[in-house]
Amino acid sequence: MSKHLTMTVNGHVHEIDTAGTTPLLDVLRNHLGQKGSRYGCGLEQCGACMVLVDGETVYSCSREAGSLQGRSILTVEGLGAPGALHPLQQAFLDEQAGQCGYCLSGMLMAAKALLDRNPSPTRAEIVEALDPNVCRCGSHPRILRAVARAAAVLRSGAGDGH
Amino acid sequence: MVISQSLRDNPRLDRWLRFEPDRTVRVATGKVELGQGILTALAQIAAEELDLRVDQIRIMSGDSVEGPGEGYTASSWSVEHSGSAIRAVSAEVRALALARAALRLNAAPEELSVLEGEFLRDGTATGLDYWHVAPDIDLSAEATGAVAPKPVAEHRIVGRDIPRLDLAAKLTGSGFIQDIDMPGMLHARTLRQPGRGATLLLLDKDAIRRAAGDGVLIVRRENFVALAGEDETAVRKAATAAAGAAVWDRPRRLGPEQAGAGWIATQPSHDRHIGDPMPESDGGRVSMRFSRPFLSHGSIAPSCALALWQDGLLSVWSHAQGMHPLRANIAATLRLPVEKVACHHAQGAGCYGHNGADDAALDAALVAMELPGKPIRLCWSREEEFGYEPLSSAMAVEVHASVGTDGRPVGWTTEIWSAAHGQRPGVGGAYLLAADALETPPPERKPFDIPEERGGGATRNAIPLYDIAAKGIDFHLVHDVPVRTSSLRGLGATLNVFAIEGLMDELSARAGEDPLAYRLSLLTDPRARAVLERVGDMARWSERDPGGAGRGTGIALARYKNASAYAAIVAAVEVGEAVRVTDVWCAVDAGLVINPDGVANQVEGNMIQAISWALIEESRFGEDGVASLDWQTYPVIRFRDIPEIRVELVDASAHDPLGVGECAGGPAAAAIGNAVAHALGTRIRDMPMTRERIIEALMRGS
Repeated sequence: MSKHLTMTVNGHVHEIDTAGTTPLLDVLRNHLGQKGSRYGCGLEQCGACMVLVDGETVYSCSREAGSLQGRSILTVEGLGAPGALHPLQQAFLDEQAGQCGYCLSGMLMAAKALLDRNPSPTRAEIVEALDPNVCRCGSHPRILRAVARAAAVLRSGAGDGH
Repeated sequence: MVISQSLRDNPRLDRWLRFEPDRTVRVATGKVELGQGILTALAQIAAEELDLRVDQIRIMSGDSVEGPGEGYTASSWSVEHSGSAIRAVSAEVRALALARAALRLNAAPEELSVLEGEFLRDGTATGLDYWHVAPDIDLSAEATGAVAPKPVAEHRIVGRDIPRLDLAAKLTGSGFIQDIDMPGMLHARTLRQPGRGATLLLLDKDAIRRAAGDGVLIVRRENFVALAGEDETAVRKAATAAAGAAVWDRPRRLGPEQAGAGWIATQPSHDRHIGDPMPESDGGRVSMRFSRPFLSHGSIAPSCALALWQDGLLSVWSHAQGMHPLRANIAATLRLPVEKVACHHAQGAGCYGHNGADDAALDAALVAMELPGKPIRLCWSREEEFGYEPLSSAMAVEVHASVGTDGRPVGWTTEIWSAAHGQRPGVGGAYLLAADALETPPPERKPFDIPEERGGGATRNAIPLYDIAAKGIDFHLVHDVPVRTSSLRGLGATLNVFAIEGLMDELSARAGEDPLAYRLSLLTDPRARAVLERVGDMARWSERDPGGAGRGTGIALARYKNASAYAAIVAAVEVGEAVRVTDVWCAVDAGLVINPDGVANQVEGNMIQAISWALIEESRFGEDGVASLDWQTYPVIRFRDIPEIRVELVDASAHDPLGVGECAGGPAAAAIGNAVAHALGTRIRDMPMTRERIIEALMRGS
């Protein structure tokens, strides 16, 4: 039951032949070779796989590819790259916000969605936005500081172009 | 200088250090990155002694073929063991290179210095560098330990906040074992044997193929079964289908009651007394019992490994904590000579101890042996990680103090009931999980826990740091528990410190004294006093609320293993329907600090994990095995419950560096326990401190 799908991933249009039930995470990692979105639970409970679909956070581990015809997907690879970091990635580096780092792709995408809709979030609003994402190392205080720092940078205009 | 164990085990200089043609230096370590920042710290140490920039160092970590064997990356030993070996080797190689350069330049060695690898003569460039003289240095020689490392006053890289070397990659979508792709690679999942001794009676292969298609291979060796194929989605489906298509004969079932500390404490045990006998005293004896449940490591990534069996060599890539032990364990299980197995570390998510990583490596190797020439990438499911990784044992601890007439303890015994905390494969007869499923399962493991001289397992931190004339441990090692148990960050220290520091608060109340002042009155160790006094200042302890009315503040102290870093912690809590930690202050003495921000990051994380242990976490059992199999049935702390956290490092740079990654867990849990008691006026002695336990404590207290 292979389906032909067209979707935009990180600004590039991709034609994909796959079963409609294939999880988006498998499409990203195995069909497109974009390994930055991570498998954590497959149950929408940890957020390691989080990506944006048309700007909204989505658990890619369980979202079926068949529902994404014509949609636009943003993953951590599309956020920024080494040498051209997004202000969020730069802020996470500046705060050394991470220990093992496995949760960070999902954290960054959840934070991106937040800052896109709310450029000046309070601490409580950042907490609420990131609460679905599990960090097991206890980097939470640094992650909260990093998101606030990125928000300030983006508001000041230094993050133009992203 | 003293030659560390790591250097005694791997004395050749070239096991540690090599000059590379691209004008970098390769520094090898047997310790591996688990998210704790160790590779950055080790690079700093090497760059410091060699007078290089950090970016001139290339770390090779966890390579069983070329790198040094340093056992497991565990017990907060890495900076103390690997760091001191790398420091000594780097200092020695610098001196050897400098001597060669002096010969070439016809200069006295004292005239020369090194700047970013180039030799300077009286401060002027000579045109000569390490890489020029490298061919003349015999790095196959053994380290002598004769070259003194730099004095602390000359440090310019050690002691600085060098950013983590691995973080940029992890923020841009790479850097993990899960990302490795090899040509022709097959994905694999297991059908887990439901327990030792379980026999696969029937496997409906057609049902698996109907669910997943014909592209999935079913690999079976005795009671080990795996599904493999090019399409990961189909392999995952096959694994789900296989669980329903298998009929097992199972000799053992679990019961929910076995998950409790109360059950552990009633089982037959191997009993041992350690230390001093308990003296009698005039002031009477005070005893108090504490407990904690089974805990999961809760790594956010299920374990993953890659393996390739080709040309008589088995290559394995794993995120486990030691590649030399893994090689030995896989070779023993598969009956291969060790030189036919090569284990390479690739970074995974945080493990916080012995989780499923080693077992997944054997799983991948088993599949690879059945499919020669095919690279196998085997990944556990979330349920498999929670259900089959070794758990941290539930424990009961009863602390007994014999109190003198001045209200101070003259004798102390910590009585412990626990299963083992040190069951890493190859230690005490423990072995890799899938070995149980093969033709000749290994003999049952022996009753064994980590000996006290190596920090202890269940007995870790059971001896209080305080000046008490007689201190001892009564250890009841419970052997026959229905799940595998092994090391989780802190091991027995978490509950031992929770119990010791809980009783210390009770004794101070009995004496009518302030808990901080009471502790100081029993401490002559100046470093322990310094962290306590510092955290008292940080938290304004002298102005603390009177307690009660649902708000409380508590303090606790420990020195990890009574030998590594000191941590003193104050926690403030609000107790309503649940305990809410609002603030945590921590003062740490880690000796000479390599990377202050790295230490702070580890301590913050350790405290947050301890809040989660103290308030939320508990692995439960059902008839079929572990029943806490996802993040809903095994919840951990989330952003909404993160308090304000402040960490300060006490300057102790005249002392040797001390392992820091596990120092804060016990005192954090204990400070919260004491703060809750301060808030309620009655003590909750069982972790996790849930709503039900708050109600129980209030009923008991009133």
